[in-house]
Amino acid sequence: MNFILIALVVLGGIALVAAVILYICSKKFAVHEDPRIGQVASVLPGANCGGCGFAGCSGMADALVKGADSGSIEGLFCPVGGSAVMGQVADLLGMAVANSEPKVAVVRCNGTCELRKRIAVYDGLKTCTAVNACGAGETGCGFGCLGCGDCVSACQFGAIQINPETGLPEVDEDKCIGCGACAKACPRHVIELRKKGPKGRRVYVRCVNKDKGAAAMKACKAACIGCGKCLKECKFEAITVENNLSYIDPDKCRMCRKCEAACPTGAIVAVNFPPRKPKAESGVEVATAAKNGSENKEEA
Amino acid sequence: MKLRTFRIGGIHPEENKITAEVATKVAALPTQAIFPLSQHIGAPAKPVVAKGDKVKVGTLLAEAGGFVSAPIYSSVSGTVLKIDNAVDATGYRKPCIIVKVEGDEWEESIDRSDKLETVAAHPELTPEEIVNRIKVAGVTGMGGAGFPTFIKLCPPPGAKAECVIINGVECEPYITSDYRLMMEHADEILVGLDLLMKAAKVDKGYIGIEDNKPEAIRLLEEKTANNPNVEIVPLAKKYPQGGEKQLVDAVIRRQVPAPPAIPVNVGAIVQNVGTAFAVYQAVMKNKPLFERYTTVTGKKVANPGNFLVRMGTPMKELIDFCGGMPEGDNKVLAGGPMMGKALTSTEVPVCKGTNSITILTDSDARRKKPQACIRCAKCVSVCPMGLEPFLLATASSMHNWEKVEQEDITSCIECGSCQFTCPAHRPLLDNIRLGKTTVMGIIRARNAKK
Amino acid sequence: MSNLIVSLSPHAHGTDSVERNMYGVILALVPALLVSFFYFGIGSAIVCLTSVAACMFFEWAITKYLLKKESTVLDGSAILTGLLLGFNLPSNLPVWIVLIGALVAIGVGKMTFGGLGCNPFNPALVGRCFLLVSFPVEMTSWPVAGQLLKYTDATTAATPLSVMKNAIKTGDASCLNQLPDSMSMLLGNPGLNNGAGTVGEVCALALLLGLAFMLWKKIITWHIPVSIIATVFVFSGILHLANPVYASPVAELLSGGLMLGAIFMATDYVTSPMTYKGQLIYGVAIGFLTVVIRNWGAYPEGMSFAILIMNAFTPLINAYIKPKRFGEVIKKEDK
Repeated sequence: MNFILIALVVLGGIALVAAVILYICSKKFAVHEDPRIGQVASVLPGANCGGCGFAGCSGMADALVKGADSGSIEGLFCPVGGSAVMGQVADLLGMAVANSEPKVAVVRCNGTCELRKRIAVYDGLKTCTAVNACGAGETGCGFGCLGCGDCVSACQFGAIQINPETGLPEVDEDKCIGCGACAKACPRHVIELRKKGPKGRRVYVRCVNKDKGAAAMKACKAACIGCGKCLKECKFEAITVENNLSYIDPDKCRMCRKCEAACPTGAIVAVNFPPRKPKAESGVEVATAAKNGSENKEEA
Repeated sequence: MKLRTFRIGGIHPEENKITAEVATKVAALPTQAIFPLSQHIGAPAKPVVAKGDKVKVGTLLAEAGGFVSAPIYSSVSGTVLKIDNAVDATGYRKPCIIVKVEGDEWEESIDRSDKLETVAAHPELTPEEIVNRIKVAGVTGMGGAGFPTFIKLCPPPGAKAECVIINGVECEPYITSDYRLMMEHADEILVGLDLLMKAAKVDKGYIGIEDNKPEAIRLLEEKTANNPNVEIVPLAKKYPQGGEKQLVDAVIRRQVPAPPAIPVNVGAIVQNVGTAFAVYQAVMKNKPLFERYTTVTGKKVANPGNFLVRMGTPMKELIDFCGGMPEGDNKVLAGGPMMGKALTSTEVPVCKGTNSITILTDSDARRKKPQACIRCAKCVSVCPMGLEPFLLATASSMHNWEKVEQEDITSCIECGSCQFTCPAHRPLLDNIRLGKTTVMGIIRARNAKK
Repeated sequence: MSNLIVSLSPHAHGTDSVERNMYGVILALVPALLVSFFYFGIGSAIVCLTSVAACMFFEWAITKYLLKKESTVLDGSAILTGLLLGFNLPSNLPVWIVLIGALVAIGVGKMTFGGLGCNPFNPALVGRCFLLVSFPVEMTSWPVAGQLLKYTDATTAATPLSVMKNAIKTGDASCLNQLPDSMSMLLGNPGLNNGAGTVGEVCALALLLGLAFMLWKKIITWHIPVSIIATVFVFSGILHLANPVYASPVAELLSGGLMLGAIFMATDYVTSPMTYKGQLIYGVAIGFLTVVIRNWGAYPEGMSFAILIMNAFTPLINAYIKPKRFGEVIKKEDK
C-alpha cells in the first residue's frame, strides 16, 4: 500500500513540477502570431511549390495577412489553388478577390530527335544545367531544350514528363497549375508560362533559337528562322520578330491561326483547336488539320 | 633539399608528355581565320573593321570593349569576309570576325628581326609605358583563363606587389607548349620577366618549374646565374601546381586568402611563361598578340607536335597536319585533360588561351560509370583548397545553396582533383560547378541589392 | 567521323576504383586468414567461408528482390563484411548462428540504410554485436588453438582478456601471470592453455602485415589505427603504473580484437570521419572507450562497442571538424 502511495506522490510531484515549468515557459516564451495566418495557411493547398514567389505556403499566408492589413492583396496569387482558393482567402480576410487568368507551362522547343541531328555525345552528369555549362549540348542548337529533365524534377505535381521518342518534355495540362517551377529550373528558358487561353486554345512559336536563319536551320529543321512571314500575316500586331526570333503576344493574339499556316518551318503551332477547320481559311486545311491532330495527341 | 610544392592536397596524374622533345614547327597559314571577339575574361572586344576591309598581319580588328577587356589583332593578311556568329571553344555560337587569307603581308611597325633586346638597352621604357604597350598589344594570360595582363600589373588599392612569379609549371598532363617555349626562347622569357618586374615596380622575380622538366630548369638557371634578382624555383611535381594560388604557396610560401582576394593581396603577380614571351614581343618588337605556342597531342594521334600557330586557325587544320582524327570515339579538348574544354566541333579556332589541343580516344574519352559514394574521404585529402568535395557535390545536387555557400564552395578552383581521384567515379566536379555557378549568382544578386 | 564526345572537365581519371580498395583490404586480410587456418583448422574455415558466402548471398538477394537495384555483390564490400564478421566469431560457432549474423550484418546493418556507402554503422560489427547479445554463451566460449580437425566440439578456455578481467574483478594482480608472454601473443599462442579468441585476432603480426600493405597501397591512412593504438597504449600504461591489477599496455595491445578493430574495423571508409583531424579524434575516442569498457565494463572486450559508439558520432565529427581551408594559414614566412 505504502509503495503505491509513494509512487503516486512522487509521480504526482514530478507531474506538478513539470506542469509549472511548462506553464511558465509557455507564458514567458510565447510568440504572438496573427491567428489569421494559420487560417489562411490552412486554406492554401499546402504544396509548398513556390509558385507564388514565396518559399512555401506559410510565407504566402504571412504575406497575404500583411497585405490585408495594409489594404490590398493584389499581386499575390496562388497558382495552384487558383481563383477558388484565392476567393476563400479573400473572404477570410474580408478583401476583394484579385482575379488572375490561369496559366500553363508551354515548352517552346520542337527539336525532336528527328528534327535536330545529334552532333556530339554528352558523357557527364545528366542535368540540363551541367550540359548547358558544357556547351551547346548534343545538338548544335545553343538555345533549345537539352532534354535532361531539370523541369521534370522541378515539377511538384508530376505534370511534366520527357517523351522518350522526341526527347522533349511534355506538359500535362490537366495537372499543370502554372506555378512556373519548371520555367525557373530550365537553364535555357525554353519553358514559358502562357495564358491557358479560351478552351485551352493557344497559338505560339515553338522555338527559342536566336541564330540567323541558316544557322538555326542547320541545327534544327523546326527552328524559327526569323523570316517574318508570320509578321506580315498577323492583322492584330500580336507578333514581333527580334533577334531572328518570332514571338506571339498572348494578349493580342486573336487565334486566327494565319501565322501558323504561313510559317515555313512549322515553328508556329496552335493547340487545342478542333480538328475541323474553322471558316474563312483555305488552302492549308489539310496540313493544319494534320498538325492539329498531332498537337492534340501530344497535349493529351 | 626537399623541393617546394603547395601544402594542401594535390594529385599525380599520368604525365603523358609525349611531345616534350618534339621541336616546335611553324604551322601552315589557314585558308580562313576566325577571330572570336571574346577570347579573354571580361567584355567582348568591339570590331573596328567591316566586311570587305583589307587587313594585314598585325592589323587591329577589334578594340577593347571595356576596362576588363583586350583588343584583338589579325594574325593573317587578307579580306574581312564577314562579322558573324561562329562556334567557339564554349560550344556556343559567338560573334566572330572571319578573315579570308590572302598572302602573308605584315604591318611594317612590327620588328621581325631575331635580335634580342634587353631592358637595360631601353631606359626610355617607363613602367607606365610598358603597361600601356602590353594593354595596346592585347596581351592576356596565355595559360588558359585569359585574364588581361595589364590589369594584373596594376594592383588594386591596398595591395602592393612584391614579386613577379612566372608560371613554368605546366602541371597538366600531355601539354608541352610552355616547356618548348622555355627551351627555345629562354632569353626572351627572361627579358619578358624583367619587363614585368619593371612594370610592376618590383625587384624580385621567380620562375617556378616542376622537376619533371630538368632541362628547362638547368637552362634557365644557367642564364640567370649572374642575376641575383631572378630565382629559378624547382618544384616537386604535383597537380594543380599551375593554379595561381597553389603556385604562390609553393614558391613564396604564402597562401592567398579566400575570394575575393587575389595573389597580389599577398604581394605576388603570377604570369605564365607564354605571357612573359608575349610581353617581350609586345614591348620590344611592337608585335601584338596574334601567335602562340600550341601542343597538338594525344596517344592515338599519328604525329603529335608543338606548333607556332597563328590565332584564328581552325583546330581541324592543325589536327589534319598531325595525321588527322584517330579512329574510334574521340574527345577533342582545348587544353589538357584536367581542365580543358571538350569541343563539339573541330572548326573552333585557336585562341589566345589555347595552350593545347588534346585528343583522347576510346576508353580515355569516356567517363567511367559512377557508383555509390563509399565515403573514403580521398576527395577531401586531395582537394588543394581544403574543401570537402563530397559534401559540396551532394549538397549542390540537392540544391542546398545555403549549405554549399557556408562550406566555401566559391573557393573551388575547379581543378578536378576530386573527380580524378574518386574511386566511385562520381561526377563530383559537375555537381560542384553547378553549385558554384548558382552561389556566385546568388552572391552577385545580393551585392547588387545592397 | 563519329560524333565527338563532350563533358565537363576533368577528362582524365585515376586508376583507383571501389573494387581496388575493397579487394585490397581483402588481400590485406589474407595473412590473418591463413594464420587462423593454421591455428583453428577446419573450424575457422567453416566459419569464415559460411560467413562470406552468406553475406554475398544476402547482398545479392536483397539488391535483386527487395531493392530491385543493380547487383553490387561483386564490388567486394559484401565479401569484406563477411570476412570481417567471420574474423570476429569464435571458430566453434555453429553454422546457423553464423548465418543469422550475416543476415543481420547485411540486412540490418547495411541494406536497410540503402547499401554500400549509406550505412551509419560498420555492418560486420552490427552482426557481431547482435550475436554477442543474443547468444552470449556460444559467442564467449573460445576454443584453444591447435585443434585443427575439431569444429563445435573443440576444447575451450579463457582468453587473455578474460584473464585480465578476472584480475581486475578479484583485485589480484598475480592472476595476470597466467597471460601468455608478448611474443606468443604477437605470433599467436600455440600450445598454451589459453583460448586464443576469435578467428581473426589470434595473431597480431598477421594483422600488422595487413596494415603495412594497406598503407603501402594507400588504401587507408595512418591516422585511425595509429591514434587508436597510441591511445590504448598511453591510457592503459597510466592505469598499469597506477595499479598493477590493470594489465600492461603491451598485453592490452596484443590481446583480443584490438589490432583487428584498429586496423580493419575502425578504418571502414563508410563509417569513419572524412577529415584527418576528425579521424584522429575518432581514433583517440575509440582507444579511450576500449580501455574503459575492457577495465570497467561488463564485457571483457570493448573494441566492437567502442567502434560502434564512435560510428554514431561520426556524422557529428564530420559536421564540426572541417579541413583547414587554403588561405587560413596566412604568411608563414620562410624567405
